[in-house]
Amino acid sequence: MYVAAKGGEEAIAAAHTWLAEARRGDRSLPAMSTAQIAEQLALAVARVMSEGSLYDIDLAALAVQQARGDLIEAIFLIRAYRTTLPRLGSSRPIDTGAMICERRVSATFKDIPGGQVLGPTFDYTHRLVDFALAAGDEAAAAKIAETAPQTRSRVSDHLGREGLLRDEPRSDATPPDLTRTPLELPAERPLRLQALARADEGFLLGLAYSTQRGYGRTHAFVGELRIGTVQVAVEIPELGFAIDFAEIVVTECETVNQFTGSRTEPAQFTRGYGLVMGRCERKSISMSLVDRALQWQELGEDNVGAPAQDAEFVLMHSDNIQATGFLEHIKLPHYVDFQAELQLIRRLRREATEAQMEAAE
Amino acid sequence: MTRAEWMGLLARSAPDTLTACLAGLGEMPKHSWLRAPEAGSVMVQGRTGGVGAPFNLGEVTATRCALRLEDGREGHAFVQGRSRDHATRAALVDALMQGTDADVVRQSVLEPLATEEAAHRDIIARKAEATRVNFETLVRGEDA
Repeated sequence: MYVAAKGGEEAIAAAHTWLAEARRGDRSLPAMSTAQIAEQLALAVARVMSEGSLYDIDLAALAVQQARGDLIEAIFLIRAYRTTLPRLGSSRPIDTGAMICERRVSATFKDIPGGQVLGPTFDYTHRLVDFALAAGDEAAAAKIAETAPQTRSRVSDHLGREGLLRDEPRSDATPPDLTRTPLELPAERPLRLQALARADEGFLLGLAYSTQRGYGRTHAFVGELRIGTVQVAVEIPELGFAIDFAEIVVTECETVNQFTGSRTEPAQFTRGYGLVMGRCERKSISMSLVDRALQWQELGEDNVGAPAQDAEFVLMHSDNIQATGFLEHIKLPHYVDFQAELQLIRRLRREATEAQMEAAE
Repeated sequence: MTRAEWMGLLARSAPDTLTACLAGLGEMPKHSWLRAPEAGSVMVQGRTGGVGAPFNLGEVTATRCALRLEDGREGHAFVQGRSRDHATRAALVDALMQGTDADVVRQSVLEPLATEEAAHRDIIARKAEATRVNFETLVRGEDA
């Protein structure tokens, strides 16, 4: 027998009005605007854009507000909104070498052309809670140099010239798109990078850390980390030319990895690559370590069974919206499923008791 | 400035800034739609290692439209973000750039936008430069 249960509409409506009231918070305090969130919680907004896989600052700020600061919930809102948008086109590949950098550092080469540019970093702060900030910081002002180069050349261009760095062959192949065709394995590197670019930061961080601790060690150094704005060009077919229609902030990390050679490759430095929309430094470093670990097959390395080498494990569990959707659904009503489980357990116990009694007789 | 350059400049401009620039031109001419404003997304591509094979990085919101003025001039726009009004204004400016209004429009709209964008980029680059590390070489040992 199947019994459908209905009800809960009023409870749900009341839960949602309380949610709205709780979201607003104490009404004796001023309400936040999305502009304030975009400006003052910029890194939360960046994470929502990166993992929501949609670059729109106003929209991401609104999602952060609607989700009460629960970033995965905000990412969920952005992903859902994204599915309603018609695809107007695909850009030309962005040129990160032409980036207007606000930060650009290399951990491997001290004297890179263009220099070590720290930008507005948390590095070298003392990580002490700044109680003075609670009273506001209206006097904060960046130092401004007299002149500056507009762009700074890529570190890998310099190392690449010596032939010590594994070549990254240029191609103009149309990349696969997991938003159009579900991700299937084996996944080529462009498909893996798309999945990693929208992956959960925490998951990538954990995986990347596992490679550093020895689970598929790849000896990574940050060859270059850069954050800044790049132009996005799209073809306008009816006019027959391309325009730089958008400017977005991206974070790019390239690791150089010690590599002693394999059956197929000479000793050289290999590369891991991380590219993330928005200011997401930790994620882009993590992404480059995971990208490098996943390249074991192309490089003829041994699969040592490390989690970060397992493309299926990494790619099928890195999307926090897929993960949270499946995880959180178990809190929703499963009354009928559970009724069946209850009956099964009761029957097994009854049968066991009856068998014991028979044995006793 | 080529048409591709001014269309890009209009597309990247902040909606409020473009609105303010247009105020100086007086009332906008009437137009009919060739393609009404449509908001959507563009898939942004990156390259492996910054230089190799293309891959899909994520999407960015965009709005496009095309219109015709009563005198027959056509304007196109493909702008960043979801504002239909912003796309409409960008297409109007593009149409006005096609004829005798071009000089006035260039002076009151495109040049201020270009100046503002250049200034914004310059200030970012100069703030970055101010955080550039100057290494001091410490000479040690008996040869010093």
